[in-house]
Amino acid sequence: MDLVTPGFGLIFWTALTFIFLLLILKKFAWKPILGAVSDREEGIKNALASAENARKEMENLQADNERILKEARAERETLLKEAREIKTKMIEDAKGEAQAQANKIVQQAQAAIEGEKKAAMAELKNHVASLSIEIAEKVVRGELSNKDKQLELVETMLGEKSLTEA
Amino acid sequence: MVGFASENEENKEDKDFDPKEMIMHHVKDAHGFHLWDWKGHAVSLPLPIILWTDNGLTTFMSSEFHHDDTGHHVVEKNGGKFVKLHEKIYQLNEDAHSVSFDAEHHPVNASTPIDISITRNVFMMWVSVIILLLIFITAARRYKKSEDNVPTGIAGFIEPLVVFVRDEIGKPMIGEHKYKKYMPYLLTIFFFIWINNIFGLIPILNGANLSGNIAFTFTLAMFTFIITTFSGNKNYWKHIFWMPGVPVPMKIFLAPIEVIGMFVKPISLMIRLFANITAGHIIVLALMSLIFVFKSIGVAPVSVAFSLFIGVIEIIVTAIQAYIFTVLSALYFGMATEEAHH
Repeated sequence: MDLVTPGFGLIFWTALTFIFLLLILKKFAWKPILGAVSDREEGIKNALASAENARKEMENLQADNERILKEARAERETLLKEAREIKTKMIEDAKGEAQAQANKIVQQAQAAIEGEKKAAMAELKNHVASLSIEIAEKVVRGELSNKDKQLELVETMLGEKSLTEA
Repeated sequence: MVGFASENEENKEDKDFDPKEMIMHHVKDAHGFHLWDWKGHAVSLPLPIILWTDNGLTTFMSSEFHHDDTGHHVVEKNGGKFVKLHEKIYQLNEDAHSVSFDAEHHPVNASTPIDISITRNVFMMWVSVIILLLIFITAARRYKKSEDNVPTGIAGFIEPLVVFVRDEIGKPMIGEHKYKKYMPYLLTIFFFIWINNIFGLIPILNGANLSGNIAFTFTLAMFTFIITTFSGNKNYWKHIFWMPGVPVPMKIFLAPIEVIGMFVKPISLMIRLFANITAGHIIVLALMSLIFVFKSIGVAPVSVAFSLFIGVIEIIVTAIQAYIFTVLSALYFGMATEEAHH
């Protein structure tokens, strides 16, 4: 029966000792240990979170880079295309202009030739006229020396005149 | 085992070997710390005896009894006459000069004063406290020294245990939000019980059987009971006196059962730890006694083999019982602080 009867002395000392142990360990052991452990766990959690964030940021950056690259490529493409178009257009324009210029020059040349021709014709006409007049003068002088001949001449000339006029 | 064997031999020389007495002597508390026998003389560490008598506080060393445990050696101190009988201190009545017994060998002319002696168990408890303080304060200092809270040295050994108590006992039993308040108690009780369970297994300490003493388990169970009762919220008391969700006759029927349950919980804690540890000790001692019962060295190998087997189991039991006590305490705190969720 002694075995299962709690003795007062041991209860007293156990209670006292346990309270003492609890208070001392609480202040000097459990608080620092649990504090350190949870601090570290917090630190690890934060480190993992920031690593995850960094990874995400990297991914975003990479996506951005790819997007920018794609855009740049597309832009280059359009630039090249535009350049090609401009080139062909310029060539076309130049060709057209050159054609027009050439046509214009040819026309001018033709006009000039026409003008020259007309002038030359006129001059020739004048020349022929004066020459004709001269010849006519001379002929007239020679013809006018006798009366018959004069008449005959007028007659011929008139005939001729109308003939040439026709 | 050395301690056990030598004392057994002494007993055998004195009288017929009585295994029951030997086992009880080892399992129970004692004034004075018997270490071993040397050339027929007991070598023991005297411990202070502290008594509260009618004349006030009376103290003397246990060595004054000269190893007498039969009540014959009378020590006179502070106007009182004291004898020690079966590790119990008796104060003789005023007119008596020696103790006289009745038919059942109980003293008739003596009373028992209030005994708060530093017994073997109290002594070992203090040794365990010193060791616990050394271990855990050293470990805590390690964290303070290191800047990144990395456990080094003894802290590396302690930390998994502390984290185990926190993550496997505190958090699941009490709950994520409230467990912090109870952690110091749970940790202290876990390591206090565990180290004293281990001390009880060390043979040379002569079976200082603190955690197998019902006074010790009673005190710890009382702490759990008091903390549970004072942590009890409205929901907890409602579950005891007016169980929600059942018909009124059932409520009336359940209330006394729940009230009894309130007290049965700590009592079960007390008996479980006491019985487990004491049973282990009794088995080991009984196996050892076989050698002396059969009076043959031939039994020794069998006894030793079985004791070794039980001893290994006991080593596991030291941790398991500390764990169970802590888990159940935590569970009771969890029940007391649980919020209504119906």
